[in-house]
Amino acid sequence: MAEDMYVPLQATTLRSEEMTETERFFEFKLDSGEPLGHEPGQFAEVSIPGIGEAPISISSSSTRSDTFEMVVRNVGNVSNGMHQLSKGDKIGIRGPFGKGFPVEEDMKGKDLLFICGGIGLVPVRSAIQHVLDNRSDYGSISILFGAKSPSERLFVDELAEWKEDDKIDCFMETVDKGDESWAGNVGLITTCIPKVDHDISNTKVIICGPPVMYKFVLIELEKLGFSHDDIFVSLERRMKCGVGLCGHCQINGYYVCQDGPVFKYSDIEDEKGAI
Amino acid sequence: MSKKAVSQSELENWVDSVIQGHKTYGVKSKQDKYDYGILENASQLKLDYDVTIRSPKFLFLPAVESIASFNRENAKYESEIENEAFVVFGVHPYDVVAINQMDTIFSQPNRDEHYMTRRNNATIVAVDVQTPSEDVFAGYMGTATVEEGFDVLVTRIGDDAYLIDAATEKGEKLIASLSGANDADDSDIQSRADVWEENKNKLRRHELEVEPSEWPELLKKSVESPLWEEKSEKCFSCGSCNLVCPTCYCFDVQEDVNWDMKSGKRVRTWDGCMLTNFATVAGPHNFRADKAERYRHRYYRKGAYVPEKIDGEIACIGCGRCINACVAKIANPVEVMNRLAEEK
Repeated sequence: MAEDMYVPLQATTLRSEEMTETERFFEFKLDSGEPLGHEPGQFAEVSIPGIGEAPISISSSSTRSDTFEMVVRNVGNVSNGMHQLSKGDKIGIRGPFGKGFPVEEDMKGKDLLFICGGIGLVPVRSAIQHVLDNRSDYGSISILFGAKSPSERLFVDELAEWKEDDKIDCFMETVDKGDESWAGNVGLITTCIPKVDHDISNTKVIICGPPVMYKFVLIELEKLGFSHDDIFVSLERRMKCGVGLCGHCQINGYYVCQDGPVFKYSDIEDEKGAI
Repeated sequence: MSKKAVSQSELENWVDSVIQGHKTYGVKSKQDKYDYGILENASQLKLDYDVTIRSPKFLFLPAVESIASFNRENAKYESEIENEAFVVFGVHPYDVVAINQMDTIFSQPNRDEHYMTRRNNATIVAVDVQTPSEDVFAGYMGTATVEEGFDVLVTRIGDDAYLIDAATEKGEKLIASLSGANDADDSDIQSRADVWEENKNKLRRHELEVEPSEWPELLKKSVESPLWEEKSEKCFSCGSCNLVCPTCYCFDVQEDVNWDMKSGKRVRTWDGCMLTNFATVAGPHNFRADKAERYRHRYYRKGAYVPEKIDGEIACIGCGRCINACVAKIANPVEVMNRLAEEK
């Protein structure tokens, strides 16, 4: 009998660390010893036995390790279950699934502008790590990150490194609402976009954030004259099976689990309900 | 392959002999309606039924099935695949077409072993329609008759005469006990052709004014039609249309922990795109919260999205079950397509 694509592989929790009040960071390794073999922007189905399975973005680049990292906000059954994981705990993994960021085919040789809001940084981090590890393949790199408040910033150590990193040409952060601890920018992420020195004809833009962010970021990019062919968005849907069958993640004729989660904006801009 | 011409009693003897040797499903009476069930003897089998409550899809994609067992301690999952041969008697041609569409969907490009194992274990005995149901429109959908996709086809060609046609090796094996029966002659074959011709016209209880091949194009132009709001205002989001549809295959997967709290089952159940929380993600955020959007989505799946995956075939086979099941009386695909065509 052929292999059953619904059966997860066993994996072990190597690290489980609090990142913010609501987000937790995990590092996992497949028990087979094989790397997961994912591309930047792909996701995997995580099983917490007894609770269920949910699609979770992979946050690390396979250029760095045979392990893989995830960051999860505790908003659902499976994510709450993941928040209980300790080092050594076992989980089930299926995947990787879907189309990630086109770091090879579309992005090579181009200037890159990453625009991330909140936990939108989680999947995009895999692409940022990938391009930093293959730095000579790309033009200038700009990273914009916006969080609701300073306490909701993710990967704070890595953000500090990126700020100092010579390989990154422009790094800008902002928070919607500051506090005493915050001396940086305050304001929506859209206010940062015009401050980047863009070569519009040679730039690919990668956007990931909460649904409401896309609308305003896309308006801002439109104003600056970016082509919709040069914009990539990573979309969230309920990717239950991961293999294009169960129907939950459909955006009209597209299955986000197979055709996405990363889409070229021009491919889906006319799809009702996509953005 | 063999074609046999048999009497009513020869047919019944054959069905009884099949029941003796196989796990056998067939169409049975259920109060004033019909449904598939396990056959204990040939007299239970109703070959002149109008339509079954459930489509035969449940034989391949059960409403509830365990797909894996798990151990909570080490997160080890083990596949559970039902692997038992069976025969099903009485599948109408439109349902044969639906099964064939599902076969494509569950085998390409990602093969669903649970569905495909059941499918490969099945021997399908199709039956040409004798009594059209009150809502059938298969005659317009090109699904009133079939020439392939089954193992055996039974057609009533006279008061006490049936043509039994084996179409596959499996079918040939199933009718082996009829080897003593008369071979069908040209006039029997002609009688069947007459039945087919008649059924193509008889199975037209709702008049469809749009060729199925024109559905995808028509739908593409109808995204903004007021019809979606209008019709869906009455929708209860009950999902009845999804449940009875032979080409609805969306599913959900959940986990049941056993009483020992250590092990459990991963369970797959039918789901339906008309249900309120079908597209809800954690948060919660519902990407299809508006019932007009859900209503529209269902018709686009049948007439545009799924056809793209299965070589242009329309994923509505004209059985009319949704028309009958819908309490709000808004689920008639013929009404929807005719109205969209009028708007253009």
